[in-house]
Amino acid sequence: MALPPYAGAGERAWYYGFRFFCGLVFLFLIAPILIIVPLSFNAEPYFTFTPGMLSLSPDAFSLRWYEDIFRNEQWIQAVQNSVIIGVSATIIATALGTLAALGLSRPFMPFRTVIMGLLISPMIVPIIISAAGMYFFYSNVGLAQTYPGLILAHAALGTPFVVITVTATLVGFDHSLTRASASLGASPPTTFFKVIVPLILPGVISGGLFAFITSFDEVVAVLFLSGPAQTTIPRQMWSGIREQISPTILAVATVLICVSIALLATLELLRRRNERMRGIRAA
Amino acid sequence: MANSIEAYVSFREVQKSYDGETLVVKNLNLDIEKGEFITMLGPSGSGKTTCLMMLAGFEPATHGEIYLDGNPINNVPPHKRDIGMVFQNYALFPHMTVAENLAFPLQVRKAPKEETTQRVNRALDMVQLGGFGGRRPGQLSGGQQQRVAVARALVFDPKLVLMDEPLGALDKNLREQMQYEIKHIHENLEVTVVYVTHDQSEALTMSNRIAVFDDGVIQQLAAPDVLYEKPDNAFVASFIGENNRLFGQVRGVNGSGCTVELEGGGEVQALAVNIDGQGTETTLSLRPERVVINPTNGSVPNVFDARVEELIYLGDHVRTRVNLCGHDDFIVKVPNAAGHAHLKPGEQVKVGWMAEDCRALDASVRT
Repeated sequence: MALPPYAGAGERAWYYGFRFFCGLVFLFLIAPILIIVPLSFNAEPYFTFTPGMLSLSPDAFSLRWYEDIFRNEQWIQAVQNSVIIGVSATIIATALGTLAALGLSRPFMPFRTVIMGLLISPMIVPIIISAAGMYFFYSNVGLAQTYPGLILAHAALGTPFVVITVTATLVGFDHSLTRASASLGASPPTTFFKVIVPLILPGVISGGLFAFITSFDEVVAVLFLSGPAQTTIPRQMWSGIREQISPTILAVATVLICVSIALLATLELLRRRNERMRGIRAA
Repeated sequence: MANSIEAYVSFREVQKSYDGETLVVKNLNLDIEKGEFITMLGPSGSGKTTCLMMLAGFEPATHGEIYLDGNPINNVPPHKRDIGMVFQNYALFPHMTVAENLAFPLQVRKAPKEETTQRVNRALDMVQLGGFGGRRPGQLSGGQQQRVAVARALVFDPKLVLMDEPLGALDKNLREQMQYEIKHIHENLEVTVVYVTHDQSEALTMSNRIAVFDDGVIQQLAAPDVLYEKPDNAFVASFIGENNRLFGQVRGVNGSGCTVELEGGGEVQALAVNIDGQGTETTLSLRPERVVINPTNGSVPNVFDARVEELIYLGDHVRTRVNLCGHDDFIVKVPNAAGHAHLKPGEQVKVGWMAEDCRALDASVRT
């Protein structure tokens, strides 16, 4: 949207002022995250920029905190736990969420709004409440301080994302395709795997990524439910800040930022692919 | 069932209700022969698409039984009925290429790979899309997509092919071209086709027989020419083709003919088709092309004075609107032949017609 040649002084002022304001918003959102990245290369065990860093002297920077992640038993354990719990919770959340969305998108589904509300509630209810509830319930059934307990908790927290993204994908889904598939002789399972899944896959994957990020970032439920063996990355960071102020946290944070950016980029690529497929269909 | 089912497809006393109160399809009996091209024609909401969906298995019949090839199919799920279907919006799988779309029904039937390729190519050639196998449906035009859909519904040699308004989304020229193509494919392959449309010219062009639906009932089931020339009731007469309607009372019945007194005055000799006898109300149906301007004396039994109201030049004929016995929407098609009458608006003329061309039908439709 370039400035048209007939723009008056007021329009010009508005045009540049608007851009400046947008820049400020971005700065507000991103600066706290970005400031972590240079700090994580600090050669000294401080959370501040040393005079050496400010004068860009090479000695003031180091990778020692990154090395520390790989040397420190606790961090290795935390990364492993985060991946195991995240991946398992994502698989459960994706499977359950996709099936729920498919059922909810049927035209004659009774109590649709109520069920949808229930399924989405983990996203709306303050997480501390869900986590406390899970803590008491899981303690009674012996799931507290176990991997299955944490995986189930994170699956419950991640499912709403999958339900929402897959439901959104199904809004544009042409249901005559399932009928066409049946008329061509495909049984319902074949139709599901050969026709429905490929078409809603972008929604399923983005929902799955959201579910994974939810689990990967989650600390409250972990604080309630994990024992020493199930410490995840966020849990480790939390105790790291409280107990031993070490810039390793900054290095981990930087790695997490990179992982998040990679996941978001994947999401965006998927969305474009989806749009392209829809665009072709509309043409 | 005691009575044997001889027809290839048979609807026996089929009823359908969606809400349990109103019947969308009321007591349908319809027999379809093998190799026949039958069209279900009717306005929207007449129950024709519901019948097709029951045949395809996507809607259960509320009552009655449907037979295919002698077997009842009410309890056979859609994917086991072996019925090909062409949908209005094509319903091609957007994530597969054209060839993959066509191979899909063969793959789910576990056909050998070579045979699949062979049949896919033959089907593509049949719809003149030989080199298009590698494209995606989204890269094809509407007409090409519809050809692919037709090929996909035929490629697995189904027992029956259903088409649900398949040409509705195409523009007029393409629609006519596709009508001929589908007609030729039907003739060449000798498949049984059940076609649903609300477009009467489409139905007249392609069908062996047409079932005219209205209000959940088949109003008439006949070949296209019979349907047009000998409609059984006022609905069919007004739904198929253009039609002049005159309302009156039956004064006398003599054999196949009857005398009708028009509401605007005057007596008409008509063919008694669907009347309840002397003194009852009737609708007279008369095709505009069967009306003669200034007939020679004694050539036709019905002659009336009329005033020319409007002339519309349409090339091959002139559509002439005249005022006759108080009806100012009486249409006469004057063919643009050598020596035809040159009329002017406001002119007084005589119009006449044969008794056989004027059919006395039921008085149920009055609008």
